Amino acid sequence: MQWETVIGLEIHTQLATQSKIFSPASTAFGAAPNTQASLIDLGMPGVLPVLNREAVRMAVRFGKAIGAHVAERSVFARKNYFYPDLPKGYQISQYELPVVGEGRVEIVLDDGVVKTIGVTRAHLEEDAGKSLHEDFHGMTGIDLNRAGTPLLEIVSEPDMRSAKEAVAYAKKIHQIVTYIGICDGNMQEGSFRMDANVSVRPKGQAEFGTRAELKNINSFRFLEKAINFEVERQIELIEDGGKVVQETRLYDSAKDETRSMRTKEEANDYRYFPDPDLLPLEIDAAFIADVVADMPELPDARRARFESDYGLSAYDADVLTASRAQADCFETVAEVGGDAKLAANWVMGELAAALNKAGVDIDASPVAAGALGKLVARIKDNTISGKIAKDVFAAMWAGEGDADDVIEAKGLKQITDSGAIEALVDEVLAANAEQVENYRNADPAKQPKMLGFFVGQIMKKSQGKANPQQVNALLRKKLS
Amino acid sequence: MHDKTLAQLSAALQARKTSSVELTQHMLRRIKELDGRLNSFVTVTEAEALAQALIADLRIAAGQAGPLTGIPIAHKDIFCTREVRTSCGSRMLEDFVAPYDATVVARLEQAGAVMLGKTNMDEFAMGSSNETSHFGAVRNPWDDDTVPGGSSGGSAAAVAAHLCVAATGTDTGGSIRQPAALTGITGLKPTYGRCSRWGMIAFASSLDQAGPMARSAEDAAMLLTAMAGFDERDSTSADRPVDDYVGALGNDIRGLRIGIVGEFMDDGLDGGVGASVQAALDELQRLGAELVDVSLPNAHLSVPAYYVVAPAECSSNLARFDGVRYGHRCEDPKDLEDLYKRSRSEGFGAEVKRRIMIGTYALSAGYYDAYYLKAQKVRQLIADDFRRAFERCDVIAGPTAPGTAFRLGDKADDPVSMYLQDIYTIAVNLAGLPGMSIPAPASDGMPVGLQLIGDYFDEARLLNVAHQLQLATDWHQQAPKGFE
Repeated sequence: MQWETVIGLEIHTQLATQSKIFSPASTAFGAAPNTQASLIDLGMPGVLPVLNREAVRMAVRFGKAIGAHVAERSVFARKNYFYPDLPKGYQISQYELPVVGEGRVEIVLDDGVVKTIGVTRAHLEEDAGKSLHEDFHGMTGIDLNRAGTPLLEIVSEPDMRSAKEAVAYAKKIHQIVTYIGICDGNMQEGSFRMDANVSVRPKGQAEFGTRAELKNINSFRFLEKAINFEVERQIELIEDGGKVVQETRLYDSAKDETRSMRTKEEANDYRYFPDPDLLPLEIDAAFIADVVADMPELPDARRARFESDYGLSAYDADVLTASRAQADCFETVAEVGGDAKLAANWVMGELAAALNKAGVDIDASPVAAGALGKLVARIKDNTISGKIAKDVFAAMWAGEGDADDVIEAKGLKQITDSGAIEALVDEVLAANAEQVENYRNADPAKQPKMLGFFVGQIMKKSQGKANPQQVNALLRKKLS
Repeated sequence: MHDKTLAQLSAALQARKTSSVELTQHMLRRIKELDGRLNSFVTVTEAEALAQALIADLRIAAGQAGPLTGIPIAHKDIFCTREVRTSCGSRMLEDFVAPYDATVVARLEQAGAVMLGKTNMDEFAMGSSNETSHFGAVRNPWDDDTVPGGSSGGSAAAVAAHLCVAATGTDTGGSIRQPAALTGITGLKPTYGRCSRWGMIAFASSLDQAGPMARSAEDAAMLLTAMAGFDERDSTSADRPVDDYVGALGNDIRGLRIGIVGEFMDDGLDGGVGASVQAALDELQRLGAELVDVSLPNAHLSVPAYYVVAPAECSSNLARFDGVRYGHRCEDPKDLEDLYKRSRSEGFGAEVKRRIMIGTYALSAGYYDAYYLKAQKVRQLIADDFRRAFERCDVIAGPTAPGTAFRLGDKADDPVSMYLQDIYTIAVNLAGLPGMSIPAPASDGMPVGLQLIGDYFDEARLLNVAHQLQLATDWHQQAPKGFE
């Protein structure tokens, strides 16, 4: 039988606010346990939440970025359940009336086909704390630093039909939330977490199969593997005469498998009701207009502009706009360097390789975009060759100063003086009389290849500084 | 000294006829001597009170005093007080000390009031007799065998017995007004949102409101002036200026339209209480007010609606008392579930558990629409009833409670009859309106409360109506035997 996979994603993005969603405590990652938990985060008696307007602004920005309706009135509800890292015994979330309604994003499939994925809703909520099971000898430690951190939960329609599509969608959302600056996108630190609802059905069947929810996946690679494992499991189960049960499953990346956490019957009844401590969230047109006015250029628009304005290939434009930081870097390099194609090659080539090798973020690059732009400018104005530029880049990376400093200090300036080049050419030709003879007698078709020998000798003699175009031209003239 | 009102004592302090230290010592002595009979205080903060009194005297001497400077008051033990235990009448918080002050507490302290201690209350404010307190029942100073009402029974008894000049209370379904009625004092529940709820341990968040309990409307006006106001830490507090409550006390009430709710003067009302309330209404009429009939056709739904909404919110509000971070924790829990079950089973009393269970049920999947949502719709109907009534009148008047103070233990095993204590007060909370109880003539020697209900943020008018009645009568000046 032919099976079709159906996938919907719920993505929790941690909003990049300074303080928590309902308290003034800091949201910075990595502090000592419980040092960033205020009275409100601790759920002390009599304390009350006050909504952080910045979190609302970020949610609205996301809504406008995906063409969604932003609710004029949304409601915070309490999701009630007991857990030690949930101090109040309930999570404040949005249930019936979320702040962001239906929207959509476009993903590009492997064959180049563009597919639209629906976003059902996005709502604001607070994160829980963390239970620490290690280091406490049979006891559990509770760290409430994360409690109250603002999250935007983005829920998709069940529009994806393969793990690859799910990954493309997740990457798209990741790209959008980092582009518009509402999430740092750091998956190791849990700023971007994915749950996947996965089911299978015989091809052609209209109804969905029973779904399993795969919880808390924190990398795109694991997302793909978890879904693929789960799809296999469900198909095998059904083909063996079994039935998929609605349940929550956990993906174990070490074993590359999913396993059951709880079934529907064991699920909590969360007893949602509107939180009486918070007024309904009302957003007026002026607030939305303000957010829209502040909206940075979105990735799809930027990609199109890179193709039209800079004349980049679709591939280059796509790679360069993958992250806002990289696209920003490219634009600076192109502007300072005065050559978009060169800038694109350097950002995607030398810079990306060096960053990758050092494991450094583009924002923290030792060679800043402006500095790289100056290097490109020196290639463009023929001060140095592309080859020498790689050495200059390495020196800049090592902190030896900007492009001009390095070129000056190391005497790497290209030789463009025709007299000096002619002297070099004459010297090499004189020293290789036999090769000159051979060249002149050779089949004209073979001559270009043979020319390389002389170019090599001259470049070597000039320590790579001779302008290769001039060398070529002069050689051809003298050997003809 | 203790038989004086806040207004009188304030004047005496300003005139340096007495000192705050002297007054505070006097009240502390009375608590020591007399509260054994009443059990109205659960914590007396003698040293802190004397220190605050000393500072108050210095401020008075320096000419920096306000009307509340140096006045010894008590706080219901539901308000968090920094470094002083806040038990909420529960074993759960028997040893709980908050590192923060409730806004109401902080504002009164800032105004110079001296805190004598924390008063007894029904556990987590759930009760109408003060019998559900972990620290034992409070007795009514008018008759040791009767209850003072609840849940602010400790504050009511302490004010009535002149153990403090005034006190704070909270009112979710009548918890200020009903005990005020049963002990013969003046109590005001302001409009929802008028006083900050920050630091006030939540019972039912959409209904809870703090208010003053005092010897007179004038005293209540002075206290409310300090307590009320917007607080950015409470999203439900009202961001609007506080009226001049004391300044409004001189207004004439001639021509004032007082609405009499037909539905409240029914068979459920004790005959003696009904006659007392009528006497008070007659007096208001004599003072020039006009009595008009109004109707609250959905008022009979208020008790059932309340007993869905309040327990629902309480079931969620009390989830934080889980034995993990603070409060009672059972001995040697064997696992997480055991920790939760035993800590909460041991920490909460029967009435609290009953309400948590009712509320949990009402919010459960499949019942939410039938109970919680329906109850919220009833709330709207009741608020609409009041809106229509206030088109015909300026203030509504009627009984506060259906009877006078009942005997200890009489209703302890009958929750429904206990819940009916609040039959005239609950609708006011559901609508979020201000309401107060002031003494009417006693019935069989026991206090009776006249309830006055105002439109939203109309506290100034309510207080003035009460004040005009108190200027013309001495019903509020009666003191229980042994506490004069």
